Amino acid sequence: MKELPMLRPNKSRPRWHIAVFLAPALLLYSIVMVFPLLDTLRLSLFSSDGANFVGVSNYQRLFTDSQWWPYFWRALKNTVLFFLLHMLLQNPLGLLLAALLDSKNLRGRSIYRTLLFSPTMLSFVIVGFIWQLILSPTWGIAPAISDFLGIRYRPWLGLESTSLPTVALISIWQFVGIPMLFFMTALLAVPQDILEAARVDGASAWQLFWRVKFPLILPTVGIVSILTFIGNFNAFDLVYTAKGALAGPNFSTDLLGTFFYRTFYGFQLQLGDYAMGTTVAMVIFLIILFGSLLYLLVWQRKVVSYEL
Amino acid sequence: MTQPKTAPNALRPSRWLTPLLVHVILGSYTLLAIAPVILVVMNSFKGSQAIFQKPYLPPIGELFDPVGYATVFKQTAILHYLGNSLLVTLGSIGLILLLGAMTAFGLTEYRFRGRGFLSLYALIGLMIPIRLATVSILKLMVALNLQDTIWSLILVYSAQGLPMAIFVLSQYMRQVPSDLKDAARLDGASEYQVFWLVVPLMRPALATLAIFVMLPIWNDLWFPLVLAPGEASRTLTLGAQQFLGQFQTDWSALLAMLTLAIAPVLVLYLIFSRQLIRGLTAGTVKG
Repeated sequence: MKELPMLRPNKSRPRWHIAVFLAPALLLYSIVMVFPLLDTLRLSLFSSDGANFVGVSNYQRLFTDSQWWPYFWRALKNTVLFFLLHMLLQNPLGLLLAALLDSKNLRGRSIYRTLLFSPTMLSFVIVGFIWQLILSPTWGIAPAISDFLGIRYRPWLGLESTSLPTVALISIWQFVGIPMLFFMTALLAVPQDILEAARVDGASAWQLFWRVKFPLILPTVGIVSILTFIGNFNAFDLVYTAKGALAGPNFSTDLLGTFFYRTFYGFQLQLGDYAMGTTVAMVIFLIILFGSLLYLLVWQRKVVSYEL
Repeated sequence: MTQPKTAPNALRPSRWLTPLLVHVILGSYTLLAIAPVILVVMNSFKGSQAIFQKPYLPPIGELFDPVGYATVFKQTAILHYLGNSLLVTLGSIGLILLLGAMTAFGLTEYRFRGRGFLSLYALIGLMIPIRLATVSILKLMVALNLQDTIWSLILVYSAQGLPMAIFVLSQYMRQVPSDLKDAARLDGASEYQVFWLVVPLMRPALATLAIFVMLPIWNDLWFPLVLAPGEASRTLTLGAQQFLGQFQTDWSALLAMLTLAIAPVLVLYLIFSRQLIRGLTAGTVKG
């Protein structure tokens, strides 16, 4: 950048306007975001009343105490399953929809796109309740449709064995629009001349997709996966709305997010525990950090990004 | 476009079969995506009996019965919740845009010691889910005496949105030609006047940003639940959650409340969907 020295305020004079421009945002950000994050780390190293420094003993308690570990482990296992279901269903489905929306001369493309993305805009509260009502045996919508499709109706959301996959399916229904959009944008960026060349060489649509387009959008697969990972390891709202803070039946839908909430906020007769709450938060944070680093250091190095 | 080499393809059924198949798959999934919402909205205008006996018919003629809406307006301060949601969302967006633009301007316009560090410092927030700091935020709001006020929400959402705003707006700020700013300075404009000269040029970026941050704030349940659960500061999302939890048996009221909660979001979405989708995917093209 070329600078005209005459026009720049003199270096030796204090340039207060810079502080005026920067201070409000940086103060707000530091006080409400950075400080609480550091304070979370501090609180996790103190006793529950905040009076004594206890080192890592809260973490020890979380990982070994029979009051904590089995419940944390269950929430962690559920979250991993929740994440895997999103990876196996949501992201391939998003890719399929994006690939179909990318087909040549498709009529009504923007209408499809707008409608397919619309559930993503709704709040968890709405989505959770809509599906609670539709799946409920009282209304009879789900039993009628199961009959029509020849499936035996069960109250899937209410059974211990099926409630977690059902909540995951609802979440997938809501968020499939996000991978769809990312993949669509990536597919749009694939240059037409490459595709044309492949077509001239006699590639079928199937070959064209897997041999040409898919390798080119592989970086987007990584971005979508890491966003799914971060989103799922923070998930709370849908379970809270559809199943309550107790993540019933019998904690079968308990995710790390709901476990964290109950730990610091308390539930039923159990009082909230800030020290253990921040400990759980720090562990979730470390899991997310570990996943993100894995993505940055392994995936991003291995996957070739083509300049398009 | 006709390609002589691919001409034999025209005879294959895939020429017309493939588009048909594409429409069948996209159409079915679109139906799955919107049918639940339509079902809820449609049935919200019926009485309890019609909801259970004729759920698939539109609420026309004798089926039409807005009894659920009457219940919702009588039993809850829904307009008050709506007002709170509007204040929180608009207040947060206003702060995010103003402070974000000021910071982006300061960080891109001037060279000073520590600029690189401050830019990096502001960006860290993009990567950290702020929810994990909830316990400390709650303690902070209690200490500031802001618990159960909409201010607690505005401050949290603004802080959360700032890194993204600074990141996006800095990209645009760099594109504003310096001739323009230097000409203004020669005419004796102060640095603040130069800033206000630049802001209108950012309008498209500011609009995209506003739409991008709007819905997550409007839809959030977590912070209203933890920081501001009281009646006076209750947002529409939280109000709907609590109403829906209590009125499990009055289906007309349930569906009416759901529809009232869906309506503002859906209207905003249909108006702004183009910009929103563009904003969501901006910058990912190059992966």
